[in-house]
Order: sequence, then C-alpha cells, then structure tokens
Amino acid sequence: MLIQSDHIIKWMELVNDQIDRQKDYLTQLDQAIGDGDHGINMNRGFKEVIHKIHQTTYDDIGKLLQDIGMVLLSKVGGASGPLYGTAFIKAGQVLKGKQEITINELGQAFQESVNGIKLRGKSQIGDKTMLDVWEPVTMYIQQNENTLNIRELVSYAREQMENTKELEAKKGRASFLGKRSIGHLDPGAVSSFILFETLCSILLEENLIKK
Amino acid sequence: MGYVGIVLVSHSHELVKGLKQLLSQLNPHVPIALAGGTDEEEIGTSADKIQDAIKSVYSDKGVVVFFDLGSALINTELAIERLAEDNITKVHIADAPLVEGAYTAVVESGCGSTLEKVINVTKEAKSLTKI
Repeated sequence: MLIQSDHIIKWMELVNDQIDRQKDYLTQLDQAIGDGDHGINMNRGFKEVIHKIHQTTYDDIGKLLQDIGMVLLSKVGGASGPLYGTAFIKAGQVLKGKQEITINELGQAFQESVNGIKLRGKSQIGDKTMLDVWEPVTMYIQQNENTLNIRELVSYAREQMENTKELEAKKGRASFLGKRSIGHLDPGAVSSFILFETLCSILLEENLIKK
Repeated sequence: MGYVGIVLVSHSHELVKGLKQLLSQLNPHVPIALAGGTDEEEIGTSADKIQDAIKSVYSDKGVVVFFDLGSALINTELAIERLAEDNITKVHIADAPLVEGAYTAVVESGCGSTLEKVINVTKEAKSLTKI
C-alpha cells in the first residue's frame, strides 16, 4: 500500500501526542544548552498544525505538507519554526499534486527538506543540530528504499540523535557555550528523532512497509 | 529628501523599544521600526513582525535591518525573501552589533546618505574598539 494524506495526518497526530508528552524533557534539554523553550515551542506549533489540518480535507499530499510547514513557520518560534517550516514546505513542493506516494518518493521529498534546512540554517552535518538526524536518516531511507527494515531505521535514527551528545555546538544559542555544549543532546535532534520514530510507527501500523 | 529606514530586530520587545527611544533622540526624522519578541509578545522573533516592520519604513532609499541573536537572523532572511516577491528588494541585513551598528546607521541615514553608505558605516561599527 502507498502512503496517502490520511497517513500523514495520523503521523502529525502522533507527533503532537509525543511532543505533548515529552515537552518537559525537550525543554530540559534546551535549558542545558539553549534558551529553554524548545518543548513549549514545538508543543504550541504541532497543536496548531493539528488544528489547521483537521479543518480541511486533503487529497494532495504536497498541499498538506505545505500547510503543515506554513503553520510551523509562524507558530513554533525560535529558529526551530523557520527550520521545521522550511523542511515541510520543501517536501510539499516535491510532492505537489500527488495523492499517494512510495517510500522512495518520501525519501526524495525529505532530501529537499534537508537541502532547505541546510540553506536556511547555514548548517552542516556535525554542527549539533536537527540536521544531524535529518540528513543521515534521509540518506538511509534513500539507500535502503527497497529493503527498508523499519526497526533498523528507528534504531539508526536513535543512534544519530545520540551521536549529537558528543558534538560541540556550532549553531544557535548552544554555540555560545562552545565546548561546554559537549555531553548534552541537541534538543532539535531529539525532536527530529520523535518525528522519524512516529513516522516509522505509522508506516508499521498501517502496513505500509516491511517490519 | 528621504532617509534609509532602520529596522531593529530582537528577541525582546523591551530591548528594541529602549533602543529606539535612544536612537530617536539622535535624529527624529530617520524612520525606525521595531520587531521585538514573538507574535504572542514572548521572547523570540517572528518573520511576520519583521516583514511588517520593514514594510513600514521602506522607501526607494532602502532599509537596513539590525538583529541581536540566532533565530533573529533566520527569521529576517525569511521575511526578506517574502518581501522580494512583492518587489521590496532594497533591504540589507547588517552584520554589526545591534546598538553600535544602529547608532552609526541612524547618524549616517540622517545625513541623507545612500543605502550603500549606510551599509559601509555599519561595517565599520563591527570593528569599533570601545576601550
């Protein structure tokens, strides 16, 4: 079965639940090396996303992702708003007009998200940002599209998130801490992991992919 | 004679509000607009607010934007990209400290200088030695 708008909507509902449950944890992480509002910001943003996408019926996956991106852009706040917003808007542009998509196409869309995040944040891999999860996970999806094992994908994504602990922050508020940022997970990498983990559980639940 | 417009972007509304008071004393004719805090008046920055601020002081003379930290830059870039779609293109982000940069820019703009001249003085403000 292919991925449809309803699956993306379920994904967003699950992200919203998870962020809501983990907002204090995300905020704690952000208090250590940022400005301490990542949990609050993401929670507000995804609540608004749910509000918005429940008001409309979506056939076009591109339009759906575009709408999600626009809400995140203006509602999340901090740097995460424009970055997450750009990621979804860019993916939406790739999938414009599509009613159903393959994992392969989702991977291609995420590739554009990655390009957008890099451009908007002027970041690269190893800077201790959300990109440290987004880029390798997207590459992994693209490289293993035909033989993608969902549990392996989740543990790979988790590994990427955990790797940010040992990195020195080069971007955002954490970069002012320099070496003192080492030893802390990057909050954006953690929220990105939540995004991919929930995506995987939807793919699994809906039998969209091999276990 | 028009003036190059100045936009002050900060995570805190109070911060740029105070700065604007200071700068308006220097020259009350230079148009200065603020984009401080989020849409909910919390600490943070908003691309929408920045976009509105730029528009409100925009003329053919152009606008220079000053910002404080991190996401202020990302949101300013986003605002400028959107304004470019409406042909509002003479907008420059200054790579300078917010207070010193805006101070020199207001002085230069107040002389009726071009956007290029104002940009040049803000560059000098970056390497200003204070002691």
